[in-house]
Amino acid sequence: MLDVKKVTKIFNPRTVNEKIAIYNITFKLQKGDFVTLIGGNGSGKSTLLNCIAGVYPVNAGSVIIDGMDITNLAEYKRSVVLGRVFQDPIMGTAANMGIEENLALALRRGQRRGLSWGISNKERELYKEQLRILSLGLENRLGTKVGLLSGGQRQALTLLMATLKKPKLLLLDEHTAALDPKTAQNVLRLSDKIIKENNLTTLMVTHNMRDAIKYGNRLLMMHEGQIILDIQDDEKRKLTVEDLLIRFGDVSGEELADNEMLLS
Amino acid sequence: MLQILSGALSLGLLWAIVTIGVYLTYRILSIADLTVEGSIVTGAAIAAVAITRGINPYLAIGLAFLGGLVAGLITGLLHTKLKIPSLLAGILTLIGLYSINLRIMGRANISLLRVNTVYTFFENLGLDHTMSVIVIGLTFVLSLTGILYWFFGTEIGCAIRATGDNPQMARAQGINTNNTIILGLMISNGLVSIGGALIAQSQSFADIQMGIGAIVIGLASVIIGEVLFGKRNFYSRLISLMLGAITYRVIIALVLKLGMPANDLKLFTAITVAIALSLPVFRSYFITLKKSLKKGE
Repeated sequence: MLDVKKVTKIFNPRTVNEKIAIYNITFKLQKGDFVTLIGGNGSGKSTLLNCIAGVYPVNAGSVIIDGMDITNLAEYKRSVVLGRVFQDPIMGTAANMGIEENLALALRRGQRRGLSWGISNKERELYKEQLRILSLGLENRLGTKVGLLSGGQRQALTLLMATLKKPKLLLLDEHTAALDPKTAQNVLRLSDKIIKENNLTTLMVTHNMRDAIKYGNRLLMMHEGQIILDIQDDEKRKLTVEDLLIRFGDVSGEELADNEMLLS
Repeated sequence: MLQILSGALSLGLLWAIVTIGVYLTYRILSIADLTVEGSIVTGAAIAAVAITRGINPYLAIGLAFLGGLVAGLITGLLHTKLKIPSLLAGILTLIGLYSINLRIMGRANISLLRVNTVYTFFENLGLDHTMSVIVIGLTFVLSLTGILYWFFGTEIGCAIRATGDNPQMARAQGINTNNTIILGLMISNGLVSIGGALIAQSQSFADIQMGIGAIVIGLASVIIGEVLFGKRNFYSRLISLMLGAITYRVIIALVLKLGMPANDLKLFTAITVAIALSLPVFRSYFITLKKSLKKGE
């Protein structure tokens, strides 16, 4: 499904500010995998996601989705096969456009945009039906400007937009990190539900160990630009936060001191 | 007095088209596009040359529109493909257009006296010049408003709006933001050129200097329109732009009437726009001031 081969990303190469964000990363996702990607600040997890999404060009290696090499494809072209939700709720939606207009943009992802009307009446039924799944009451506010919604509502809407056209790969980049704990849990539960119902291949970056263990069928841990742990299926089901801390210490030879990762 | 007001109304209607062009880049694409100062002259120059050569005035306006599209295309390519900041890209095109406009006209100004313009038809029907300009201006503004209202509701139009609103999100939804920015700049400058062509015909000459300050006048009209006439939805916004452009002209006519020297007009406009643009800063300053005063009690 997703095949990442020896991907390296170096920021500001050959300058004093050179920073090797990720180095020689190789991993594969199977169809239907729900993978949580965890790591401390600066471990390279967001960079990896952005390299897959095409935000940054890679310095070496290749990214292949379903046999299609997308390594050098422009960001907007990749979005045909990718659904993305960002950390910042502001990033995923157009604030000055209505809820239905945002959904209409998402519905046309990967299609040629022409001079036909931006939203058809038929679509509105689909949007209402889909918004009902969020149970936030947004189905009765189709015309409301997205800028008037709360962070949690916007993130839920972005999630819906990312999955409205079934993506081959769903990328969630710490999409609950900017929300309050209760809203974060709601959005996570919703993500899990949508992913399971549609059997979406998903890569979810998170800061939170509990969430990384609770959700998905596979866990990857990054440290200093490398994947240092890969825990799957049965093994993952039995995993606890304590196990993860011990195994991190074994692999990296360091004490895990990043408080943010220990949160909750 | 009535004569002054109807003069301001006629000029305001023609400048409303320029204002709509400025609005498309400034508000919808979030780009302050200085190309406008050159493309308004390009429109005037093309129309003037075409009309003096005996080409139908309406066709001449069509040619002016094409000229504006090209001007916008150049700024768009400089900005998106060559990654030049939008402000600088606009300035580069504007400077280049100065020479191109001189080339088009062959000299610094062209007189349009005693030739048939778009206004001639109504003047022959017995309307005076100002009334003819009002009729033509209103027709153009309303039909362009209608076309734009339709266009920005289409899939492409929505993609342009999304690009200005949140380019990151637009790319994530598969929109080629380079193309939408170029298209937006083209349409904007095409409209500005139409405005230039109509203005030149109404004042009976095209002049290489006529674009100076056009962007500021456009911005002033946009802001006046938004403040006085609201910005609820897209349609009402387009109408407020027209009303804003007219109001600006009325204000100018009044201050001139009150005795301000015409040479100080640009300074007056610049100060007005600077104040209008900085209103949010003053507003937040006053809010904090009020709060701290309340605490002091």
